[in-house]
Amino acid sequence: MSEHSTYTPGSGIEKWLDERLPIIRFSKEHLMDFPTPKNLNYFWTFGAILVMCLGIQIVTGIILAMHYTPNIGMAFDSVEHIRRDVNGGRMLQSFHAVGASMFFAAIYIHIFRGMYFGSYKAPREILWILGVLIFVLMMATAFMGYVLPWGQMSGWAATVITNIFAAIPFIGTPLLELLRGGFSVGNPTLNRFFSLHYLLPFVIAAVVALHIWALHVPGNNNPIGVDVKDSRDTLPFHPYYTMKDAFGMVVFLIPFAWFAFFAPDILGHPDNYIQFNSQVTPAHIVPEWYFLPFYAILRAIDFSLLFIDSKLLGVIFFGGSIVILFFLPWLDTSKVRSGNFRPMFKWFYLLFVINFIALTYLGAQPADGIYVVLSKICTAYYFIHFIVVLPLLSRIEKPRPLPTSISESVLSKSHA
Amino acid sequence: MATQAHHSTTRRDFIFVATGSVAVVGAAATVWPLINQMNPDASTLAMASIEFNLGSIEEGQSVTILWRGLPVFVRHRTQAEIDEAKAVPLSDLKDPATDESRTKEGHEQWLIMIANCTHLGCIPTGEAGEFDGWACPCHGSQFDTAGRIRKGPAPTNLVVPPYEFISDTLVQIG
Repeated sequence: MSEHSTYTPGSGIEKWLDERLPIIRFSKEHLMDFPTPKNLNYFWTFGAILVMCLGIQIVTGIILAMHYTPNIGMAFDSVEHIRRDVNGGRMLQSFHAVGASMFFAAIYIHIFRGMYFGSYKAPREILWILGVLIFVLMMATAFMGYVLPWGQMSGWAATVITNIFAAIPFIGTPLLELLRGGFSVGNPTLNRFFSLHYLLPFVIAAVVALHIWALHVPGNNNPIGVDVKDSRDTLPFHPYYTMKDAFGMVVFLIPFAWFAFFAPDILGHPDNYIQFNSQVTPAHIVPEWYFLPFYAILRAIDFSLLFIDSKLLGVIFFGGSIVILFFLPWLDTSKVRSGNFRPMFKWFYLLFVINFIALTYLGAQPADGIYVVLSKICTAYYFIHFIVVLPLLSRIEKPRPLPTSISESVLSKSHA
Repeated sequence: MATQAHHSTTRRDFIFVATGSVAVVGAAATVWPLINQMNPDASTLAMASIEFNLGSIEEGQSVTILWRGLPVFVRHRTQAEIDEAKAVPLSDLKDPATDESRTKEGHEQWLIMIANCTHLGCIPTGEAGEFDGWACPCHGSQFDTAGRIRKGPAPTNLVVPPYEFISDTLVQIG
């Protein structure tokens, strides 16, 4: 899709540059003239919103690193120092902390949009896989960032999550000590987490570049899932979608600002304002809200299977719940992309979303009684959706007829 | 490659493979120290062995001490707790171990265990749960009065570290 440029170098300098490094041509082709389906709805603005989120995290994060001290004796106090003493530090810290939550809110909407409209289907499998990879990198980055304030939740999150690796047979314990740099979570752990927390956002930025590259080969999917046929189906990215995305960003920033200004701690946990104590675990530890569904899956497995003990099995399910996303393009073999034209898929998709929200709720509840039973049911359904429901639907479902083109669908809607 | 398959292996092929192999070994040898620096350092390893005086711990009392940065429970068990642990048939246990195997002979009132839950490393709360031992607040594992796993996701009993009695009241851990 690189032959859509109408770029002709205007001045002598532009011509000179174009023959050596065609960066203006590239920008015009991909940021301005790029043909984009004309029927994209507001769910499609989340890609741009996510780029903005990454930008906010990197800028606020670099500033926070100027005032933060990665040492177990000083880390906790240095975060309080940022919040109380540093000029504007209160806002910078809350924008960074709230920003992580908003980033995850946006990526969940982005992922669920892709799942409903079949954006992972051919020829966009690599685009989807890169997206899942970004999600995994984000989880690692957010986890390590959460450890840095060195509160009770930070330290125990570090203990529990690094312990997941100890479940791996044979190499588990040496690997655990390698990750922690000691027999328990301590100063070496905090130091390396700080180093990696600074590194990973730039790795994410690089994978985002690949993700956008992979997007610009086939072009955007769209709400009816029908391929672009000719230029009547598309609009240039600028000004139509730059403006729509900008509007989406502004709307997204309203709840963002509300949290940051009025309730910066509402998404956090009071226990994290107590400095980490390796001898006392808080009575009820929970991860940040955006990890709860996966945490519920990890906790749901309290039984052994054959020669696999409950700990390893829990870790297998926990890892599997994310790894299975990589295989989604080959599990859902229905040729129809958009859920709008799949009468049965639509309902199972809704059920999957409700099940995912239920897992989020269950992850925050104590691990006993009815909650354990419900967690097991929801965990089972999470996997059944991918392994049984999607492949089966592709075979038995009779999709509704698709519109012949994007422009036809847009026009018929406006006449109706 | 298909056309080359007809030719016999030449000295040049051997040199290519040999050079490539040396490069791979060299790269691995270079990368290893870059990874190995993450392993526990000398100052961490130096804390490998400690001595602890049990004299001040009353019956029914527990203390938590640090060994290699890990919290360790030292519990002076009551006779009722010892009897309760001994009364459990091995067939009821997920990770079968006798009470005797978890203590030192002649010192069975002393239970010394690494305090991290064998599930994901939280510190269980003492004198809690259905089995009068420990209950982990994180994922609901419950341990009995010998620190053996009885319920919940933890796969094994609380770990007994290597230790020995130097005298009746002095233990060396590690």
